[in-house]
Amino acid sequence: MRGIDLAALSKPQKLRLEKALEELESLSSKVNSDASVTVADSIAVNHEDAILKGHGTADLNGEVVATLCGIVERVNKLIYVRGLRSRYKPEVGDIIIGRVVEVVQKRWKLEINYSQDAILMLSSMNMPDGVQRRRTAMDELNMRIIFEEKDVVCAEVRGFQHDGLHLQARSQKYGKLKGGQLLTVPPYLVKRQKQHFHHLEEYGFDLILGCNGFIWVGEHIEAKDDMVEDQVNQSEPQVLLPNKSAGNLEEQEKNYTALETRKYICRAANAVRVLSTLGFNITLEIIKGIIELSLSLNLDIHEMLGSEFCVAVAEKEAERRKSNKKRR
Amino acid sequence: MEYVSPEGLRLDGRRPMEMRQIRAEIGAVSKADGSAVFEMGNTKVIAAVYGPRQVQNKSQQMSDQALVRCEYSMANFSTGDRMRKPKGDRRSTEISLVIRQTMEACILTHLMPHSQIDIFVQVLQADGGTRSACINAATLALADAGIPMRDLVTSCSAGYLNSTPLLDLNYVEDSAGGADVTLGILPKLDKVTLLQMDSKLPIDILENVMQLAIEGCKAVANYIREILLENTKQLEYRRGV
Repeated sequence: MRGIDLAALSKPQKLRLEKALEELESLSSKVNSDASVTVADSIAVNHEDAILKGHGTADLNGEVVATLCGIVERVNKLIYVRGLRSRYKPEVGDIIIGRVVEVVQKRWKLEINYSQDAILMLSSMNMPDGVQRRRTAMDELNMRIIFEEKDVVCAEVRGFQHDGLHLQARSQKYGKLKGGQLLTVPPYLVKRQKQHFHHLEEYGFDLILGCNGFIWVGEHIEAKDDMVEDQVNQSEPQVLLPNKSAGNLEEQEKNYTALETRKYICRAANAVRVLSTLGFNITLEIIKGIIELSLSLNLDIHEMLGSEFCVAVAEKEAERRKSNKKRR
Repeated sequence: MEYVSPEGLRLDGRRPMEMRQIRAEIGAVSKADGSAVFEMGNTKVIAAVYGPRQVQNKSQQMSDQALVRCEYSMANFSTGDRMRKPKGDRRSTEISLVIRQTMEACILTHLMPHSQIDIFVQVLQADGGTRSACINAATLALADAGIPMRDLVTSCSAGYLNSTPLLDLNYVEDSAGGADVTLGILPKLDKVTLLQMDSKLPIDILENVMQLAIEGCKAVANYIREILLENTKQLEYRRGV
């Protein structure tokens, strides 16, 4: 079985896990049960009306054939196959998290689990000082002050241009992420929602669910909306000076994260890890539920990755879905 | 030497037209985009697919299609006598090339321009038919990675010993010096993508042997399809809505 090390499970655990998974299987909508296809399976269509072939389909002697393993989706005349395990497919407006791999002329290249590296232009970035102005050659030289190689960055998908996928980060909520953990999960587990930035006040950390399957759990940072108004008295554009944020001791003291918060960050990170090995959908409510479960079971952080907790999570998820179904 | 006994049994107790037991498992390498283990009897192969991802060597980037790369290797412990094999010897470069060409023929590369797909296959246990097992494992891994393909490629070998056509040769039969035909087909399109043979066969016998290999490929295809379908269903219901 994918992801789960069955050999590490004891016999009763194995039985419990199987039971929970069976329950999940029975709960999944029966309508969709015959919609799964594999590569080169033909998809049944009504030949009476014209159809539109979407992603993951091909034409073979007048027959519609799948080119992916996934679920057949039908929207009016459109037929497409929704692939499950694959790399991220960007859509305009998605909130994503990436890692800087290269700093080149006027742009950063970000690894975002897509088939190409994404491009973040210096000009589609808010300056850290919040001033709106033309980017000078000096800014270009000082790009590494903003993001360096290997930095983790949160941004939004802007769209495709001739040279690739462009991103933008024109708000205070986007930008460099620090003081936390980056987790990578398969992108199909993260659903597009209205809200991808979450602040969990009771635990004091931020959670960002990137649509590309990169998930950030980190210390809460107060989003300050410091749109600086046009400063008349500022005659020349302020140029960022290097080594401004170089860590002296006092600076480090200020950036210190409380132990309690760090523990919660690890707990949330492990919750995401467990969900991803089990292949369950990852949303705020579910992560919250898992953290609560681990606290109520009085488990240490490292015990959350053990087989016992894995089984407990599967059971809880089955229960949750069952109660959701009843409510409907 | 007698490879088929008068009772019609082969050295390992199979009938001439019988395949070895096949077993496949998806998701063997956690960090890869797609991975699979494929076993044919004692032959065991692991495959991992990375990509489509950014092209590493800029000069190889193509603006209309994806670059497919393949690396075949044999683990030191895979054969009977443990040998340190130099990386990139003639045999493994040749098999890498064969696998690359076969897989490239079925991947819809034009859908993923400016990117590359890496396929790594490693033989963990070698008992004849490693070429076929590698292709089958690579197909599974590619399908697992969600890479669009025309069709599944499946492969199987057949041979001719003691004037009998034999399906799915093992190591002893393979090294007997008779003809060894490795065949790769696209089962849905009913097309041959790979045909290799060492030594010679009369044309009418070749036809029989090939027909046998095609049957073997189809049996493998059915099995692979089952495994993939089960995997897809499992991923979907586990994810929930």
